Amino acid sequence: MGLLRFPPPVTADPPFCLADARNDRQVAMEYELKESQTLETQTLEVSLGPQHPSTHGVFRMDVVLDGETIMKLKPVMGYLHRNHEKLAENMSWLGSMPFTDRLDYICSMTNNFAYALAVEKLANLEVPERAQYIRVIMAELTRLVNHTLLIGFLLNDLGAFFTPVLYAFREREKILDLFEAIAGSRMMCNYFRFGGVKLDVTSDFIPRVRQIINNYPKFLDEFEKLLSENEILMARCQNVGILPKELAVSAGVTGPMLRASGVPYDIRKIDGYSIYNRFKFRVPIGEKGDVYDRYYMRVLEMRESIKILDQAIKEIPDGEFISKVGAQGARTPRGFKAPKGDAYGRIEAPKGELGFYLVSDGTPKPYRYHVRSPSFINLTILEDMCLGQKVADAIVILGSIDIVLGEVDR
Amino acid sequence: MTEQADQIFVLAKKALLNFLSPFLPDWAAVFASILVSIGAIAVFGPVTMMYLTLLERKLVGRIQNRYGPNRVGFWGLLQPIADGIKMLTKEDIVPAKADKFAHFLAPIAIVVPALLIFSVIPFGRGMIAVDLSIGILFFLALSSTTTIWIFVASWASRNKFSLLGGMRSVAQMISYEIPMVLSIVPVLLVVGSFSTVAIVEAQSGWHWFVFTPWGIAGFLIFFLTGVAEVNRTPFDLPEGESEIVAGFHTEYSGMKFALFYMAEFMNTFSISAIVATAYLGGWQGPWLPSWVWFFIKTYALIFVMMWFRGTLPRLRVDQLMGFAWKFLLPLALINLLIAGIWLKLESPKNYLVALVMVIGSLMLLYWANGPEIPKKRTYRYAYENE
Repeated sequence: MGLLRFPPPVTADPPFCLADARNDRQVAMEYELKESQTLETQTLEVSLGPQHPSTHGVFRMDVVLDGETIMKLKPVMGYLHRNHEKLAENMSWLGSMPFTDRLDYICSMTNNFAYALAVEKLANLEVPERAQYIRVIMAELTRLVNHTLLIGFLLNDLGAFFTPVLYAFREREKILDLFEAIAGSRMMCNYFRFGGVKLDVTSDFIPRVRQIINNYPKFLDEFEKLLSENEILMARCQNVGILPKELAVSAGVTGPMLRASGVPYDIRKIDGYSIYNRFKFRVPIGEKGDVYDRYYMRVLEMRESIKILDQAIKEIPDGEFISKVGAQGARTPRGFKAPKGDAYGRIEAPKGELGFYLVSDGTPKPYRYHVRSPSFINLTILEDMCLGQKVADAIVILGSIDIVLGEVDR
Repeated sequence: MTEQADQIFVLAKKALLNFLSPFLPDWAAVFASILVSIGAIAVFGPVTMMYLTLLERKLVGRIQNRYGPNRVGFWGLLQPIADGIKMLTKEDIVPAKADKFAHFLAPIAIVVPALLIFSVIPFGRGMIAVDLSIGILFFLALSSTTTIWIFVASWASRNKFSLLGGMRSVAQMISYEIPMVLSIVPVLLVVGSFSTVAIVEAQSGWHWFVFTPWGIAGFLIFFLTGVAEVNRTPFDLPEGESEIVAGFHTEYSGMKFALFYMAEFMNTFSISAIVATAYLGGWQGPWLPSWVWFFIKTYALIFVMMWFRGTLPRLRVDQLMGFAWKFLLPLALINLLIAGIWLKLESPKNYLVALVMVIGSLMLLYWANGPEIPKKRTYRYAYENE
């Protein structure tokens, strides 16, 4: 089996060792604590989770606290492990498509997209024009869903009593209604097929998307007016959980989180997969890499997504929604065989780089199936961002990473 | 007619006592008078709490674009009763390692000061349980004892989240007590009495203290510290749900939990009532009966508190402390000076001087706190032209 073929990520210069840096900071903090103590005090070890209102699922943080300050933080994962990868290796190629919905259950469409892309790369399948456009529209709508929801939940973590979340839900429902009309399901869409999509879009699809993209900027303006310049939000988010550029790159962080740290890395631009190189859109870049930048990246990205959607629904052509070979493969999933070899398909999912590494030995099942999930890899950096911050900040920092436990634990 | 509407509760009490007096000896008549007042407060407090929960859920529901409770009774009016039955029939869980006695005592003891405060609130003209000459002092002393029971609850629970909540609560309440006391001193200085009745009477005929420069500053400090004292958003750190689960009452269930809520809501009411009394003229107001005015003002303040809850995120613990010590406390001290100058100077001149001083001190404090005030940001884009 071959090695990974995609270009290796940018490395920091000079070489930066994550473990050393983290250790140095902890030693320094413990020393500082000892020096500053005039009173004999103890540290407090608290287990935040797995049942905790703000861990976004069953995630646990073992936190060592000095008063309210975090001295150590150990993320504990695996409470939601479902053997996704091994399951996929024991069923047909198409059989694991519905399971990819359950990875990041907020954005099932982009999960489908990444998996379909990887298999198409492996089997050299063509995708018709119309299907490409439908895919891009669905992916960008999913990005809107994800970012809207994230901002709502981030505000909840900050202590706003469910108001932003409910307004975010209201907007999300409109997009989910559209997903339901097209794919038959609101969240577990299972819409993509190798070489196209499951069904053609309905006749009222374009007007409905247009309605969404007409109304979304108004909602975003309102949301931003109420939130982005709120003093409490700014005070809570600015200069909290700073992630330096070098650390972000060396930890393999991707997505809005990496861009908030000031790295202009967007796979839609770098790979130009599917038909993304046809659209005009910008990639917002943060400066400090703190929670506020991460929050704002999402807001700005939503505005860019709306631009992409606008261009896509103008240009969408008529034609096939799935290629002949793809349709055949969808009808007889067990007969679908990928040629021997391996492939890595990756997309810019709302949370970061979502990649599927697939190895085929020519049988109807994948020989190896690996998911590079952005939530999981972005989460590895949690401790470095939290050290020295208050316990309330840890919750907000976790919220700003944007994790979904279905994707972290797989 | 208006006189009767104004005094309806006072007259009702008199009528009841007149009805009872033939059957009672003199000493018992005095007791009966006391018992009627106590009974009124003991019923009023919990009922207020019950309907404040409904009001809060309705209001926050409307803020959040939904209805709020509307299933039990008309307009959800029986919801608090249904909640009460649920709370009473729930299992009472005491953690195995808890200090059983303290765990039991804290929720009961916390309700007592909350109820006692009602006795010095002037609900209307002549409608006060006891017109203590140290009314405000009594209120301040009692409201600060709440801290102790919150800490007892958190310590007795043997839970780390509870302990964190208790620590936050003590730090917060003690810090906010100081600006709170200092912000009400100007009122006492001007009135020359601690009695709540005297304070209301000093504000007769639209001379509400909130209309003076020192009064508006004092009102804002007193109201904000009051919000912090009763642990409401954005100062609800001791029970910050997203961080420390439920803070000091994490390990309480059933009726004990309900008692904490009762204390919190009764304190919300009483703090709003005291703010209205000290700065908004209490029951003073034209046309309507005095007690109607009192409730309008009090509920307006409660509405603002609930509005906060529906809209604002929470402060962090260090920002909370910074706000108390670096902003509210200096402002309260300066405000005391301003009130003194106001008293010494002649009528038209003092208004101008006080106004200039208040605005000046606000600007000074804003400047002094400048480094901590967050700034707006602008962002750049990559792939600008692609």
